[in-house]
Amino acid sequence: MEKLFQKISFTSASLVLALLLGIFVTLFLQAKPAIDEFGFNFIVDKRWNQEVPLTQTGNLTQDTTTVVQTPEAAEDDDMIADEDDMILDEDDEDETATKTVYGGLVPILGTIFSTLIALAFALPIAMGIAVFLAEMASKNVAKYVGIAIELLAAIPSIIFGMWGLYYFAPIISDIFGGFQVSLLTAGLVLGVMILPFMAAITRDSMNTTPDVLKESAYALGATKFEVVKDVIFPFSKVGIIGSIILALGRALGETMAVAFLIGAVYSIPEKITDPTISIPVAMALNFGEASGLGENALFYLGLILFILSFAFIAFAKFYFLKRSRV
Amino acid sequence: MTKVIKLALATSVLAGSLMANDVLNGSGASFPYSVYNAWTKAYYKTTGNKVNYISKGSSKGIKDAKARAVDFAGTDKPLSPKVLKKNGLYQFPGVVGAITMGYNLPGVDNLKLSRAAIVAISEGKVAYWDDAVITSTNKGLKLPHKPVTFVHRADGSGTTFNYTYFLSKVSKEWRHTYGAKKSLNWPGHQHIGGNKNTGVASLIKQTPFSVGYIDYADAKHNDIVMASVENKAGKFIKPSLKAFQAAAAKADLNPKKDFYSVIADPKGADSYPIVAATFVLVPKEKPATDKKVTAFYDWAYKNGQDIAKGLGFVPLPDSLTDKIRKYWEAKGIK
Repeated sequence: MEKLFQKISFTSASLVLALLLGIFVTLFLQAKPAIDEFGFNFIVDKRWNQEVPLTQTGNLTQDTTTVVQTPEAAEDDDMIADEDDMILDEDDEDETATKTVYGGLVPILGTIFSTLIALAFALPIAMGIAVFLAEMASKNVAKYVGIAIELLAAIPSIIFGMWGLYYFAPIISDIFGGFQVSLLTAGLVLGVMILPFMAAITRDSMNTTPDVLKESAYALGATKFEVVKDVIFPFSKVGIIGSIILALGRALGETMAVAFLIGAVYSIPEKITDPTISIPVAMALNFGEASGLGENALFYLGLILFILSFAFIAFAKFYFLKRSRV
Repeated sequence: MTKVIKLALATSVLAGSLMANDVLNGSGASFPYSVYNAWTKAYYKTTGNKVNYISKGSSKGIKDAKARAVDFAGTDKPLSPKVLKKNGLYQFPGVVGAITMGYNLPGVDNLKLSRAAIVAISEGKVAYWDDAVITSTNKGLKLPHKPVTFVHRADGSGTTFNYTYFLSKVSKEWRHTYGAKKSLNWPGHQHIGGNKNTGVASLIKQTPFSVGYIDYADAKHNDIVMASVENKAGKFIKPSLKAFQAAAAKADLNPKKDFYSVIADPKGADSYPIVAATFVLVPKEKPATDKKVTAFYDWAYKNGQDIAKGLGFVPLPDSLTDKIRKYWEAKGIK
């Protein structure tokens, strides 16, 4: 029995690792043709789905032999050639030597910026809510506000998307000017979406502060602010950072709501009210109609998002949590 | 005991649904989804035959057809006879729809957009509404000095393919620089993307001084004001079912080439120019199943006209459905 139990729990634990590895390998294999074609320049290239004459592709000039041609890619290629047959007149023929270039800079920046806006907006509010619920509110108020916060976390993201598009976006563009759908709109709605996670988890970890510690601080003459700042925050630091990591994970990968609100335009925003695009949105919106190298480029983006979130979370975990334990 | 009853019920329902009638599975283009969906429901009611159609997008439909994962597939982009032959597929048109230029200009209706204006707007070259390219065809309308916001689809779509195909036909420059694509990196700075037709519709409605392309069904459904568009003959045509039908009748769909053609910008003085046919793919080696598919479409051509019209689509003209039936006969799938 004991042995069986050990085996079962070991298998469950290793299943997670196997899954992670599996996802990584799948993403990598599907992205391989795009990686071969565009290399690491993909990350800093801001062109997405743009026709470029063959002679102007920079380091890839004329070097078409290195492109890996899987049988399926070859088929897709002649579909694209057909498309040209259909729209080009005969006298256009000699000018058709173009290729499509994909680069990931715009979605990568869009993902990072929208996440940062969301965090900057949600973090102070979430901390305020948590402190209020854990320390200031009366038991009854804390109970009902607490339930409301948890319900907010349960709302599906598509509803945030529709609400954001129909009611929130016009307000934002009235106040800040610019387009209705923009980096700012998407970031703020993302902020609302991650707020409940941060607030609820932070409140729970603040509630675990032993009363003895707080009472001793009060006995020494500390004010409420000082107790929160010097006793509760240091004690619940691990939990707070954990909540931020969770919220970060959700913000980085959020798709549906952002798809409605970010504007889906492949250009680097000059102002915060300009539209742009993020990685999950680019993938979700284009996957249905993608084929050939375009599909591989989307997988490449997916791989980057995977590594990006992994790096973010790993960094936060190891750096902050290690230090807080000392 | 109850378990046994439940099991018996479940198996009988399952067996019943398997035995009762034919079930056809299709997938692909989202553009005709509303029509196909309504047709399949009505078809089931009258004949008891079940047809399922899942809207996945044209590319995935083509993939499914190639992999033989479905009995038929929908695509907004026709495949050439060469590709059809290679993959052992037959192709015929399903229904015709139209793309309109919806706009939001407070106080302005009856806007007329010339071919040059549509291309210039799509290229992001028209900065303000009172630009000469727009005012020249709108004498008597007072257009404001406000920036033009162009609204387009954010997701890859057959609608975008057909719209950019129209632009490619109108402008040589567009053809060389951007081409006809299902998703595009739109040029210029004053443009935003909406998710699906609903997203485009709400952005046009909510953004003053915006203009965008949207299929007729959704524009009508959302009460969006639609511009008259200049056709090949130089006439400005207001979007209407009649104008779409005139266009469909002039469309050059040739059964010898497996109907391989995009019908945008047809001839004819009354034709609305931005129209699109959507196509059906069936596998060559399954004539028995194909006969059921063609029976469904045959029924739809005959009985589904009002349904299609109600949804803002155009039933195929009789001259064309006759050609399609002959094509089926020739291929032995009728």
